[in-house]
Amino acid sequence: MTAPAVHAAGVGKVFPSTGGEVTALTGVDLDVAAGEFVSLIGPSGCGKSTLLRLIADLDTPSAGDLAIFGKAARQARIDQDYGIAFQQAGLLPWRTVAANIALPLELHRWSRARRDARVAELAELVGLSEFVGRYPDQLSGGMQQRVAIARSLAASPQLLLMDEPFGALDEMTRERLQTELARIAAETGAAVVFVTHSIPEAVFLSRPGRPRDEALRESPEYFTRVTAVREALHGAPLQRANER
Amino acid sequence: MTDQALAPGSVTSIVPDDGGMPRGRRPRGVGIGRVGWGVAGVAAVVAVWELYKLLGPADGVTVGGDGSAGSGVILLPRTHDRAMPHMWDMVARMFAPTSGGDTPPLIVSVLEAAGTTLGLAALGWVIGVVVGGILGIVMQRWRLVEWGLLPWIVVSQIVPLIAFAPVVNALGNQIDRAGVFPWPQWFSVALIASYLAFFPVAIGMLRGLEAPDALHLDLFHAGAAGWWSTLIHLRLPAAVPHLLPALRLAAASAVVGAVVAEVSIGLRGGIGRMLIQLAGQASSDPAAPWAPTFGTVAIGLVAAAGVALIGATLHRFRRGEEIR
Repeated sequence: MTAPAVHAAGVGKVFPSTGGEVTALTGVDLDVAAGEFVSLIGPSGCGKSTLLRLIADLDTPSAGDLAIFGKAARQARIDQDYGIAFQQAGLLPWRTVAANIALPLELHRWSRARRDARVAELAELVGLSEFVGRYPDQLSGGMQQRVAIARSLAASPQLLLMDEPFGALDEMTRERLQTELARIAAETGAAVVFVTHSIPEAVFLSRPGRPRDEALRESPEYFTRVTAVREALHGAPLQRANER
Repeated sequence: MTDQALAPGSVTSIVPDDGGMPRGRRPRGVGIGRVGWGVAGVAAVVAVWELYKLLGPADGVTVGGDGSAGSGVILLPRTHDRAMPHMWDMVARMFAPTSGGDTPPLIVSVLEAAGTTLGLAALGWVIGVVVGGILGIVMQRWRLVEWGLLPWIVVSQIVPLIAFAPVVNALGNQIDRAGVFPWPQWFSVALIASYLAFFPVAIGMLRGLEAPDALHLDLFHAGAAGWWSTLIHLRLPAAVPHLLPALRLAAASAVVGAVVAEVSIGLRGGIGRMLIQLAGQASSDPAAPWAPTFGTVAIGLVAAAGVALIGATLHRFRRGEEIR
């Protein structure tokens, strides 16, 4: 049995601030199995982004144990065990689409030939093969976000961390990218930790053992699940920590 | 930076038939218009000069003078030919021999002197950019260095150049005479030019290196990029829009510094010295000092054009300016 993609036990995070300490997370226990798609959902400020940043080792937990594939978060980051995407695409404006996708590979000193081959593959995967020579300012928001997803997949990580990656997109683009992400996650077999505040998005993406396609969006079961999640969230309101 | 929310209901270009490419760049083809405005500006200056010379009183208007030369407060400058030569006289003087007889036309001497000064200013600029760039990088790398160094860098610019130049010159002479290493006088001029040039570069570099979004820094951190690769792949490219104005300022400062240093330490061959020399003879040859004056302007223009050229080659790194 391989180690789980993410294992968190009693993880807490306290931010020091001028007005005293701000508690963002307390006692989080979470296990994400390899290849599993997990959505973190809750209102703004409930600490879901903070948890993601802890997993990514962009912040360090104040309490508890956190292991990524059985390793310390810091080691996992250095080994490039995860790929990450944020709400903002965060592309470098001076790099073409291809060079943006290649960035993590460049940082890890892949050879030029390997890089080019992998970029072509990834551009194909996110449907941007025709646009590899373009600059980010020549792309729509949805296209930029696809580039960001391709970039997060560059080093073939077995864990994808996504912080509201579709949050700034319109509904149409959003649905299309959700379907695509579901497909990509299934194809690559990577575990995904997906932060969102959209209940339908979380329900659509985190459906184990079912194909996630457009038919699912129309199925009665989907609506039942959305209702169930909504009731769960509203019925037992989360302890709302202060907005970071 | 890059991402923008799309209007509700709009279909983005995921599908190839969409074709809606947002955010075009600035239209090209304004070059002729700009040249036109430039020519018009020069023509306006010429017109104002000649018009005032035509209408203004020959001896100007002075208040509170006691009749002796140079007393009182000048309200309107004098317009007679010694004080304000005609534009065409200035131009004609450029093509007359430098100092009578068989000497080459004044414009040739001016161009030679301008070339010398431009070379010194360029050397000063390069030294200033290298030193300023390194200071900026070091200050960004170690906060403590920034706290310790930045106030001194600001203070350094308060020291009047005219007082500082002879010190550098004297120091250079001593080093040269002691045989530590050869230190020609022109090197002092370049060094003084660099003293003015490094300042904007150090500040621009520091601000530029701190310009990347937190998001980009997170991304590099997540990619386990070290300080060096973050510098090369993120901070330096992101600094370009901040650096270009700094380089332009540095070029202008280097030219001013070179001219003032030449005057201050009396270096022969440059345009600063020529300016002083011809100004000294202005009462007998009033049109002559204008030639090196225009020469100085030309140096400034060439320096600015050089930086503009650098800016053009770095266009790729300025895309951010257009979408920000």
